Amino acid sequence: MSLLEIENLSLAIGDTPILKGVELSVAPGEVMGLVGESGSGKSMTALTVMQLLPFAARATGRVTFDGIDILAASEDQMCALRGDDIGMVFQEPMTALNPVKTIGEQVAEGIRWHTRSSRAEAEDRARKMLDRVGLPAALFPLSRYPHELSGGQRQRVVIAIACALKPKLLIADEPTTALDVVLQAQILDLLRDLVAENRMGLLLISHDLAVVTEMADRITILRHGEVMEAGDTARTLSEQLHPYTRQLAQASMHVPARPKTHAAGSAKPLLQVEGVTRDYPGRRMSLFKRATPVRAVDDVSLSIAPGQSVALVGRSGCGKSTLARMILALDRSTSGTIRFRGETITGKSETELKPARRDMQVVFQDPYGSFDPRQKVEKLVAEPLHVLDKKPAPAERREMVAHALHEVGLGPRDMDKYPHEFSGGQRQRLSIARAIITRPKLVVADEPVSALDVSIRAQILDLFAELNQKLGIAYLFITHDLTVARAITDEVLVMHDGRIVERGMTSEVLDHPQSEAAKALVAAAPDLHRAIARRLQEQG
Amino acid sequence: MTAYLLKRLIIALATLVLASMVVFAVLEIIPGDPARLMLGLNASADQVEVLRNQMGLNAPLAIRYLHWAGGLLSLDFGRSYTYSVPVIDLVRERIVVSLPLALIALALSTIIAIPVGLYSASRRGRAGDAIAMGVTQFGVAVPNFWFALMLIYLFAVWLRLVPAGGFPGWSAGVWPALKSLLLPAVALALPQAAILARVARSALIEVLNEDYIRTARAKGLPYRAVLWRHALRNAMIPVLTILGLQFAFLLAGTIIIENVFYLPGLGRLVFQAITQRDLIVVESVVMLLVAAVIAVNLLVDLSYAVVDPRLRSRQ
Repeated sequence: MSLLEIENLSLAIGDTPILKGVELSVAPGEVMGLVGESGSGKSMTALTVMQLLPFAARATGRVTFDGIDILAASEDQMCALRGDDIGMVFQEPMTALNPVKTIGEQVAEGIRWHTRSSRAEAEDRARKMLDRVGLPAALFPLSRYPHELSGGQRQRVVIAIACALKPKLLIADEPTTALDVVLQAQILDLLRDLVAENRMGLLLISHDLAVVTEMADRITILRHGEVMEAGDTARTLSEQLHPYTRQLAQASMHVPARPKTHAAGSAKPLLQVEGVTRDYPGRRMSLFKRATPVRAVDDVSLSIAPGQSVALVGRSGCGKSTLARMILALDRSTSGTIRFRGETITGKSETELKPARRDMQVVFQDPYGSFDPRQKVEKLVAEPLHVLDKKPAPAERREMVAHALHEVGLGPRDMDKYPHEFSGGQRQRLSIARAIITRPKLVVADEPVSALDVSIRAQILDLFAELNQKLGIAYLFITHDLTVARAITDEVLVMHDGRIVERGMTSEVLDHPQSEAAKALVAAAPDLHRAIARRLQEQG
Repeated sequence: MTAYLLKRLIIALATLVLASMVVFAVLEIIPGDPARLMLGLNASADQVEVLRNQMGLNAPLAIRYLHWAGGLLSLDFGRSYTYSVPVIDLVRERIVVSLPLALIALALSTIIAIPVGLYSASRRGRAGDAIAMGVTQFGVAVPNFWFALMLIYLFAVWLRLVPAGGFPGWSAGVWPALKSLLLPAVALALPQAAILARVARSALIEVLNEDYIRTARAKGLPYRAVLWRHALRNAMIPVLTILGLQFAFLLAGTIIIENVFYLPGLGRLVFQAITQRDLIVVESVVMLLVAAVIAVNLLVDLSYAVVDPRLRSRQ
């Protein structure tokens, strides 16, 4: 007897079909993984079960939860189910909590609402639930506000809210996508334990095949609103009978071809970072005492050879991005020197930095946020050209933009389009085109593929590899994703608490990590091969 | 938190000092010698000179400013040139009309605007929202004096519910006094309420798209509860900002409205003082209004900290 039964579910928003005949079921105590790329309808399936769909959405078919016909249920009935029998956890923990209410209020609110218990009773249960999700009273009293918590801690609060009343079904929509791998592993462990404790059904939605393989008993693969394949996780992924399943699996493990690899020390280094430290003013505890500064980057040294691809890996908040900002001369170091092409760039003025800027570009994580939506591609991609000594003439400029677009696999016609006309992957191509238009020697890429779907990610990684081979661009990849590091870099630097704790050849460090920080990263990183193997082994 | 309060307080005081300098300087530059004005056209140059000395008008600018500012601090605003009574007495008489008027108007506009904003935001794009926003559009466009005249016509002339103007004084009893302030307060409040309702609506719509609203709904709270418990407080910050800014317009509005309704308030006082070149009264009343606006905005800054815990813990 299934807890949740979705039969022939179709959904349209306005005239746009979103889901077409989706079939899915979750039994008590079972973990069902729902996998698909962005826009495949995963979240809409979840929101249909919760009946929290956008205003214009129309659903047909049959959704039964615990004997209740969800599509026919009244809003009052749904309110009684939501938060009591069905809990939901969302992707973005940083914004999922109300910033003006304490965590205690937010966890207790649902308990009070559903059980009609007194404030004291509800707070008591909230306290127990927060203890259960790993937020002990000593450090996390009920009076804490969300902004005082980190992303991982906030996600625990969201899980506490969702599981406070021991729901029969928990829907987790990309619950760990915004977290680093170590936090991801912790949150997944917590979810697994909660499922086991309460015989809760879990509908786990993710774009990450490895995560789902580690967690789910059964798996449903969704594409363009249709179920491609569904079945037992281990069998589905080991046999890979459906072409789309195979495509997804291959894309998640994709390693671009890079025949030429570069080792450090072979030539004069392109970038040298020596003993760089960055302090930020700390929080002032009293009006009369000086605040103790926070050391974000602590005595870091590294060097990158021309054409070399280096990964800087570490957990969120370890200082990776601060270091990258200093290398890009967007932030000043407190002490230490950074040399680029043999010239010191620390402490230089903006004008003096111009030649260095030309040879050093950046690609950011978010392909949606990094373009001005009101400018055309020609102007956006040509942006870095202002660092050239001689301003190119308009015709010449168009030529250069067309060339850069060609190099990233876009056409010259795209020049007159606006950013919103491109998909996420195409936009990331645009950011790469923008970065390479000045023919830089070094590109710093801050999580350049973590917002992308696996198949797009594979293409973008190929593009990075190709540009590295063809143009000899050196990369500094900042990432918490070890698969990316493994796929595209020669050398890896592991950063922890502002320091570089381990460095070496990428395969060496990732296969045989020495430091605690590196070991933790490697152990927590989801790996599809390993996950399938473990699943098969469990089943004998 | 204390650091935040202290900083806001210092900024408010500095603004006040700066504003007093500007007010003083502007009236210095304006042509017209108060001594000559008081003595009339036939006075001799010697007589004017003697009076100038008596009034301290010959002292250096800085000394006169300090003298004036010191007087303000001890509530000694000087004597009115035209009425020949201490300005403070004039102000005291008038403020008991203007202050209640402004406060009633402010309260009215908030009481009207927030529910309209909530209603519109929760029905975004539907008929109710369109109608409410049409009405507020009208409210934003209509000048308050015209609106005041229409109110007089409807409620005083036609329905005869309230007096058309004048003020019986608080000694005549609270209810008659309030009654004569009612129409002017409504005339002042409605255009403000229209703006505030639009701000509240857009702030709420923005908040309703936030992730934590979805979290609250996933808890099982009905839409209405989510609106009141989660959305409203988060939407308060822009609403409070506009409320603070509107207070200044409200005070400026009283000058017009008090004239339309023949209310003996500060607005009418300052209007008459300007026409009679009673500069010392103008100076004093303007400073009082400036102080009121700064005080209200300080209050708004403080209420941010009450609404938003993030401000409390930040520097």
